Amino acid sequence: MIQQYHDNLNFDTDKPILEMRDLCKSYFIGEGELKVLKDINLSITPGEYVAIMGPSGSGKSTLLNMIGCLDRPTTGEYLLGGAGVSTLDDDDLSSIRGARIGFIFQSFNLISQLNIIENIQVPMFYQGIPEYESAEKAIELAEMVGLGHRLKHRPTELSGGQQQRVAIARSLANDPLIILADEPTGNLDSSSGSEILDILHGLHDQGKTLIAVTHDEGIAKESERVIRLFDGMIDKEEYNQKRNER
Amino acid sequence: MFLFRLKRTLKLGIKSLWMHRLRSTLTALGIIFGVSSVIAMLAIGEGASADAQRKIAQLGSHNIIIETQDPPEEKSSTGQQQTLKEYGLTYNDAERFRNAIPDVQVIVPNRRIPQEAQYRTNRASIEVVGTVPWYPQISTLQVQYGRFVSALDMRYKRGVCVIDDQIVKALFAFDYPIGEDIKLGTDYYRVVGVAKEKDDTPETRQTASSEATSQAGANVGTIYVPLTTAQDRFGETNLQMSGTSGITMERVELQEIVVKVNDLMQIIPAKQSVETLLKKYHKKNDYAITVPLELMKRQQDIQRIFTIVLGSIAAISLIVGGIGIMNIMLATVSERTREIGIRRALGAKKKDIIFQFLSETFILTATGGILGIILGLGIPSLVEYYGNMPTVVKISSIGWAFGISSAVGIIFGLYPAYRAANMDPIESLRHE
Repeated sequence: MIQQYHDNLNFDTDKPILEMRDLCKSYFIGEGELKVLKDINLSITPGEYVAIMGPSGSGKSTLLNMIGCLDRPTTGEYLLGGAGVSTLDDDDLSSIRGARIGFIFQSFNLISQLNIIENIQVPMFYQGIPEYESAEKAIELAEMVGLGHRLKHRPTELSGGQQQRVAIARSLANDPLIILADEPTGNLDSSSGSEILDILHGLHDQGKTLIAVTHDEGIAKESERVIRLFDGMIDKEEYNQKRNER
Repeated sequence: MFLFRLKRTLKLGIKSLWMHRLRSTLTALGIIFGVSSVIAMLAIGEGASADAQRKIAQLGSHNIIIETQDPPEEKSSTGQQQTLKEYGLTYNDAERFRNAIPDVQVIVPNRRIPQEAQYRTNRASIEVVGTVPWYPQISTLQVQYGRFVSALDMRYKRGVCVIDDQIVKALFAFDYPIGEDIKLGTDYYRVVGVAKEKDDTPETRQTASSEATSQAGANVGTIYVPLTTAQDRFGETNLQMSGTSGITMERVELQEIVVKVNDLMQIIPAKQSVETLLKKYHKKNDYAITVPLELMKRQQDIQRIFTIVLGSIAAISLIVGGIGIMNIMLATVSERTREIGIRRALGAKKKDIIFQFLSETFILTATGGILGIILGLGIPSLVEYYGNMPTVVKISSIGWAFGISSAVGIIFGLYPAYRAANMDPIESLRHE
């Protein structure tokens, strides 16, 4: 199964890196069926910076989980890197999450008993990358986000902005296809929030594909494309011209 | 690859446990006490049984031992105590065992009395041995001339004797000894035979002769007389002072008879025959039959029960320890729900999570097990020192204790780990 997925991977820059075809997600509560996502058709090309917005209950989080391979669609197809993942089993989805997706969470989600290097190493550990190699790369990434001087610190000894920078470094550990940010600035004050946004812009400028799920119109303005969800459906897609001027 | 993962997982496990030092220590204590009690209890039980086994084995596994016992106090109709008590095993009993039970050796202890022997003017220090007619058959003694002590000699307590070849040299020089009389103590005995210790190999002969020369000053040789005669003439009467009626005399012919079977299978039937014979001829209950093999078997049975009881108590304490571990691990898992979610999002498979939590449990139980073994080895030596009880620590019990504690760790760790792995990553990421 997973081999088939890897065989079908296609890194052609013209083809979409992420594609959803008639994707539906329903939850079954007792007898009733609750449709959370309805016929989502979505395509994201490599290097794009996409913001997904919508009010609470619009299916934002479910779509995020779907993109992050944390959940499987009820019907429809989801292609990541040109290959279908909707039929893969739990183990395969786990390794795809680890290898292809970099998660950035609203509440940073660092592991408290590990120091910065070790936190950045976690995704590499699950990909079976040897210790010395992953340690080297973790240091490199920590320096990239400006935390080269705090390698041995625990997450609790860092400010929120610094923690989020560690999380960004961690999301890059396995050179993922997409970086998936869930309200990346939601728990931060405005100055560290804009710091994080600057780092994300930097990543985008390096050609990374970024998907941010957010309430924050500020992030939406910074992105190239805003996808607005309403009641489980794509309500609107807006392309920002402003972004290109920057 | 696998080793690398194992190393990282164990390192992580130690780190997580170290974060909650007190909790981890308390949890491990359950295992420590469980393991040490398994080892200590088995060691104490084993020690007690080894001691008993050794004592029984000294009696001989092929033997049936019949001992004279002071019969329950008998009062005459007037209420006075008898002043002469005659009881116990007799030579006739030994003879009956010998005749009635096939394929056994009946051993009656010889009486050995150092004496001075005199023939005409020649004197020598010798040892008088009161013995039974079949003595040559169960020893290495061989009759050279004449005959050995006979059953008739025994019955009539005749004053006859068999001398060994050393005495022939010492007393008779060139005379033919058979038919002559020797004086032993105050009585005369007629020599009916000459016997010699059989030499199996030249070596034994050499050692025997060297022994003989070294003892030459003390005893020249041995003179064999009928056991009954020896008892009659050298006496086996005990005088006892008893509080109310002054002197009580006790007469006991034989203190002990040992019936030795050739085949272990015969021991039970032989014992039954002995019982029947004794019942027939002894009105009073003045004997006791001991079968070491039976004792040994009974002891082994008791020991087995003992071991099972002690072992299960200890095993229960291990299980209680295991439940403690499970309890803590379940708490840990729910406390670390979010961490599990994060790890799952970052690419951990279910089995990685299982492995992570199982290794934590394993570290707890293995550490507890090792400390428990150390403690368990210490307790028996304390018991030995202060309680004055022998203890035997078997390597197998250490193996058992460690094996059980590891098994407990894995069994009781499996469920929490399984629960951790099967949590929904989305739910656990949202968990506060």
